[in-house]
Amino acid sequence: MSIRVQDPGLETTVQDTGRLGYYSIGFPPSGALDSFAYHVGNALVGNEPGAAGLEAVYLGPTLEFTVDTVIAVTGADIPAFVDGQEIPLWESVAVSAGSVLSFGQLRGGARPYIAVAGGVDVPLYYGSRSTYTLVGIGGFEGRALRAGDELAIGSDARDPRAGRRVDASDVPVHPSTAEVHLLVGLHSYRLTEDSLARFTDTEWKVTPDANRVGYRFRGAELEFVPREQPFGAGSDPANVTDCGYPVGSVQVPGGVEPIVLLQDAVTGGGYATLGTVVSVDRDRLAQTKTGDRTRFVPVDLDGALEVRKDRLGALDRIRSALA
Amino acid sequence: MTATEAETETRYDHGGDEFVYVELSAAMSLPVHFRSLAITRRLAEEAIPGVEEIAPSNASYMVRVDPDRLHPRDLVRELKRIEGEVGELSDDLTVASRIIDVPIMLNDPWTHEVLMKFRDRHQDPNGTDLDYGARINGYSSTEDFIDALAASPYLVTMMGFVPGLPWCFQLVPRERQVEVPKYVRPRTETPERAFGFGGAFAVIYPVKGAGGYQLFGSAPAPIFDGEQRLPDFAENDSVVFFKHGDVINYRRVDREEYDDVRAQVDAGTWRYSYKELEFSPSRFLADPDGTNAAMKEVLYG
Repeated sequence: MSIRVQDPGLETTVQDTGRLGYYSIGFPPSGALDSFAYHVGNALVGNEPGAAGLEAVYLGPTLEFTVDTVIAVTGADIPAFVDGQEIPLWESVAVSAGSVLSFGQLRGGARPYIAVAGGVDVPLYYGSRSTYTLVGIGGFEGRALRAGDELAIGSDARDPRAGRRVDASDVPVHPSTAEVHLLVGLHSYRLTEDSLARFTDTEWKVTPDANRVGYRFRGAELEFVPREQPFGAGSDPANVTDCGYPVGSVQVPGGVEPIVLLQDAVTGGGYATLGTVVSVDRDRLAQTKTGDRTRFVPVDLDGALEVRKDRLGALDRIRSALA
Repeated sequence: MTATEAETETRYDHGGDEFVYVELSAAMSLPVHFRSLAITRRLAEEAIPGVEEIAPSNASYMVRVDPDRLHPRDLVRELKRIEGEVGELSDDLTVASRIIDVPIMLNDPWTHEVLMKFRDRHQDPNGTDLDYGARINGYSSTEDFIDALAASPYLVTMMGFVPGLPWCFQLVPRERQVEVPKYVRPRTETPERAFGFGGAFAVIYPVKGAGGYQLFGSAPAPIFDGEQRLPDFAENDSVVFFKHGDVINYRRVDREEYDDVRAQVDAGTWRYSYKELEFSPSRFLADPDGTNAAMKEVLYG
């Protein structure tokens, strides 16, 4: 009842819905970056909603299954093969003991997700199976997978069945320029009006420094409003008195490289933040890669809640259809 | 320790759809911090459905909300009500605390090596972080500056960044507080257990990684133990040692004592020495030096 890792790909980790509830001692949520792809994967193989799966990036892993089971590949657009035979994405597929799952070259997006009936069984760490590699905890031995690792398959399967399929119209496309919604605020008043307008007008390019901790972008320079700094912040104009950072918040140390914090990010610090990406749009960022372009579309709170409702509504509808 | 009117006006804002950020003041001060503490305590007691987690911080706090159960605007209304009900700092407020002896080697070789690699990201490419801190805080020598850093205890006013990192605010009147900027651009490297300073806060980095604070020293004892190998972590069933509200007395040690603590850590026998106490903000604000002396007496007595 296990998965043998023949080749780990670039960085493949065990992830679930995340390690929630410990923000105040410094644990970021971790968990699948593309939450939609992760949840749909579990629904396809008939798992309980929180079952752990695998998240890969750019290069898929090569995995051998030691037991007859059901799997599904979602997320990035990447050719997937079982024993050399291409399998459909966003569809549950039966694999037999001894079968090998492998991947071709990425066509779109960045992160494929692999769900297996029963989920990946690693010990719960502070309530979650998600890997947080920055401090080496959770997941499989607190790290990305390596060749030779053997992952146990769990018992979170409710109704494993091959042949469940997501409608083509529900499969996310990965446009060359991703659009994510941004609720401007937090310390946005620290930036000049021009700079804030420039932030939402610019097509930002994803730098090589883009991972589960955060995505750095290049594309424009932003300026801070000069001020006498409040006590405790520090004298640099990008400094504020250290505070909590929402997941998805955007900071611009030095004014040149905006950073969007993602699921493995630091939970707080002292750089000014200019707003927060709406939670469901982190899924879209997770499917962008170095060199891709991203636009930040400003929304107000009602707009942000609307985007959330639409996206989570679609997920609910898909889950019901697959149940 | 008074703050101007503009600095004490509370700002309520939304961090996307899932977070509400409340900044009681743009500037740090102990009265503001204690007010935020009183508000977040009260919020936790009320256990409002939809409030998923509360992260108190220095002069602000953050709440993660489930917007499908509680509209973030309704949450803000509740938070404003609580702020009003809590009012000004109460004389009765006390914080369950510990005073903890934390050995620290200032001007150590390990952070020195790293900080010299990142001079291009620093305000002063030609000096060291300690020399820079001493100069901009008006100290005539780096040694005097080092003395001031370790002269009085610190209060843990926020936890986070990575698991277990304590933001520590020195328990001295504002005119004696050290303040430094964060690096112009954050470093990509910080040694494990580095003692850093940014804004008006001292920290120990629990693990190696990126960081933007000025690097002043190294702590020999771990503050994060992912496997709970050491008794301080195993007995408290926690991977982090410090808690919000702890009082830390950073005690300067030389290389010999540093190495001795490291050996105890390696042997699995290291324990922090600490005493439990009730910290009274109002008593402290009335007599900072007297309160510090009394707390040190409890610890080292």
